[in-house]
Amino acid sequence: MLGYILKRLVSAVPVLLGITVIVFLIMAMIPGDPATAILGSYATPENVEKLNRDLGLDKPLVAQYFIWLGNMLQGDFGQSFALNRPVLDEVLDRFSATLVLAGTAFVLCSLLGILAGVVSAARQYGFADKAITFVVLLGISIPSFFLGMMMILLFAVQLRWLPVSGMYAIYGGGDLPDLLNHLAMPACALAVVATGVIARLSRSAMLEVLRQDFIRTARAKGVGERGVIWRHALRAAMVSIIPVLGIQAGFVLSGAVYIEMVFQWPGVGRMLVDAILKRDILLVQGGVVFVAACYVMFNIIVDVAQSLLDPRIKT
Amino acid sequence: MTLIDWTRRSLLVAGAAVALTLNMTAPVVAQTPPGVLIVGQIAEPKALDPAAVTAVNDFRILMNVYDGLVRYKDGTLETEPALATGWDISEDGTVYTFQLRDGVKFHDGTAFNADAVKFNFDRMLKEDHPYHNTGPFPLSFFFSAVQNVEVIDPLTVKFTLNAPYAPFLSNLAYPTGLIVSPAAVEKFGAEFGRNPSGTGPFKFAEWRSNEAVVVEANPDYWDGATELQAVVFRPITDANTRTAEMLAGGIDMMVEVPPVALSKFEGDAFHLVEQAGPHVWFLILNAKEGPFADKRVRQAANYAINKEALVNDVLEGTAAVAAGPTPPAFAWAYNKTLQPYAYDPEKAKALLAEAGAEGAELTFYVTEGGSGMLDPIAMGTAIQADLQAVGLKVKIETYEWNTFLGQVNPGLEGKADMAEMAWMTNDPDTLPYLALRTEAWPDKGGFNSGYYSNPKVDELLESARAATDQGERAKLYQEMQTIVQDDAPWVFVANWKQNAVTSDKVENFALQPSFFLLLKDVVKN
Repeated sequence: MLGYILKRLVSAVPVLLGITVIVFLIMAMIPGDPATAILGSYATPENVEKLNRDLGLDKPLVAQYFIWLGNMLQGDFGQSFALNRPVLDEVLDRFSATLVLAGTAFVLCSLLGILAGVVSAARQYGFADKAITFVVLLGISIPSFFLGMMMILLFAVQLRWLPVSGMYAIYGGGDLPDLLNHLAMPACALAVVATGVIARLSRSAMLEVLRQDFIRTARAKGVGERGVIWRHALRAAMVSIIPVLGIQAGFVLSGAVYIEMVFQWPGVGRMLVDAILKRDILLVQGGVVFVAACYVMFNIIVDVAQSLLDPRIKT
Repeated sequence: MTLIDWTRRSLLVAGAAVALTLNMTAPVVAQTPPGVLIVGQIAEPKALDPAAVTAVNDFRILMNVYDGLVRYKDGTLETEPALATGWDISEDGTVYTFQLRDGVKFHDGTAFNADAVKFNFDRMLKEDHPYHNTGPFPLSFFFSAVQNVEVIDPLTVKFTLNAPYAPFLSNLAYPTGLIVSPAAVEKFGAEFGRNPSGTGPFKFAEWRSNEAVVVEANPDYWDGATELQAVVFRPITDANTRTAEMLAGGIDMMVEVPPVALSKFEGDAFHLVEQAGPHVWFLILNAKEGPFADKRVRQAANYAINKEALVNDVLEGTAAVAAGPTPPAFAWAYNKTLQPYAYDPEKAKALLAEAGAEGAELTFYVTEGGSGMLDPIAMGTAIQADLQAVGLKVKIETYEWNTFLGQVNPGLEGKADMAEMAWMTNDPDTLPYLALRTEAWPDKGGFNSGYYSNPKVDELLESARAATDQGERAKLYQEMQTIVQDDAPWVFVANWKQNAVTSDKVENFALQPSFFLLLKDVVKN
């Protein structure tokens, strides 16, 4: 097992290196540069050139890449132009906010999705199955940012039950209830689509398992239906559900970008959008590399979990 | 057969969870405390160092934390004393001697004096200054005319310019001219932007990244302390979310209300405040090549575009029709006799026929957003339709703002016939000097991306810059406006009225023509 984990870690290195090259090239190729963004209407060629020199952007691209990579390997992600703050500080701050949001949404969509899938499968073509399928289809079809805006209008502006935006109250907040209050809407809005996808795939995974011989055997030897579904069938179905969860975790993370914009969640997605618009090159590069590294790590964890669950998968 | 067995214990757990959730939701809409004003900003500030920033969004905070040597008189764009109590200008307009206010202290307790003034300008302008590395200072060219700053005595400071430069005082009132505490710069170095110290009515308290910048009242303010306890600036980038926060009572004031949201704030619970500012929205026309090289075609475009419809229907009345290159907010320099080009498609067609430009094909650069650009896509589409109506074939090319600037600033030659543009300035000199002179063509480092050239306009602008008498300057600018309007290097479209909404608890708030947000006199009940 340890060897398998090590092998996966080593194979992640070229992936990450590739990501650094791609994100660096994209930022180098998109038109507009930080100096133009900073100077706005006052960006004369002369001013742009001076500012680029001050920012160290007058060096050749290849040199810039290796300076950046070298610094990053030593833990120095550089300084954000637009926020005037070390990139790593900003990314860590923001990423922890995203983790809270995406983590909650992920737990929500996993629990609800699997529950809905299991219930649907157990009651195939019954009323519960039809109702759940309908709701799930609706959930998958509504764009999450639109749902988010509608939730704000209803729960924050009309009913005034929940705060509109942000992560903590500006005054008198900062504790767990305050966080949960602010978290409720964005986490739900973010979880909806993934819940639907997980529910549908859990349903089909469960249906497949329920048709198998060992289920018939379990029933024949007198195991209760609840035991059959939750203990025998779900456990076997988890092998095909877990990779789906792994993929959905990635979707939740990328979906957080829209949700963070709508709810002004101070997360890494909103940070990246702002940084791209401001051509804050180092912040975009640092942020993307960091998020990609986390995603790669998460995938490794999922694979390891899967191989633990299903010994047939070769380690 | 049941899938979930509702035992007593599970019911208890579920009940407790529901109760907890309800309990949590109860105190949510805690109103903001009296005396604390919460302002919805459009973005996170870059830094609170006035010499290092360029965005209006950052200026809104800075103007409340710092003072300059001079400031704009309430409700105007004319300068009056602030940290300087008075000044003398030499005959030739190259030496400015300021008398400084006695007894003023920075928030960090150090004294404001002539050495502090010299430190501020040397830091920005002199590359060998020990704290020049706390930059970059992108707008330092506002003071590029300053040759040297001399301390005469602790309360007298002398600026020597390399040539007469009339906008100098006005530039000192701009945020780039705000005075920071030298002791704080020495202490924090490059981190000064996160640990600001000035002399203003509010002192910096706290910056929670991506959540809020908090400033507190400065009880010792030289111009009378504010009644507010504190101001909280919250960055809320999404305009819809900002509007929802305002409606839900999460913020007390929001700036830059989107035109479509204005109707939400009618009624007694809100006050809508408007103020025309030194802003002009125009179309740059490529006067070097193509159809717009002919003055009649440029005039035809001015006649063909229905500016009334643009400001009333697209912008929902948040702007006024522009008559010429200078916005009316520069009251002293504005030519009041100027009438906007009428909406007259027939006349436009006649002019096009005369110039033989019927059915000409045009490339039109449109941006997706950007500082002061209002609603550029909707406006661009409406303009396209108006020009099509008089027989011009207009092809729109849309770019994201920074890309757009990268396309337009180097000049339109060989690429496009027209482009959207907007400027907000602090002096009537700035825009025409940077964007209408022959010497300001892009290859010479200016913003005259449409290659307009008229020797008379060049001459008027140079003399206006050198004149120190305001009456004389005004005459020169007014003559320039008449000529430029007739030459029509641009389509003059709109002057934006900045708006803000406050809750009914906020009193005594007004927007300034400078577009700065001054909060010292605001009261919150």
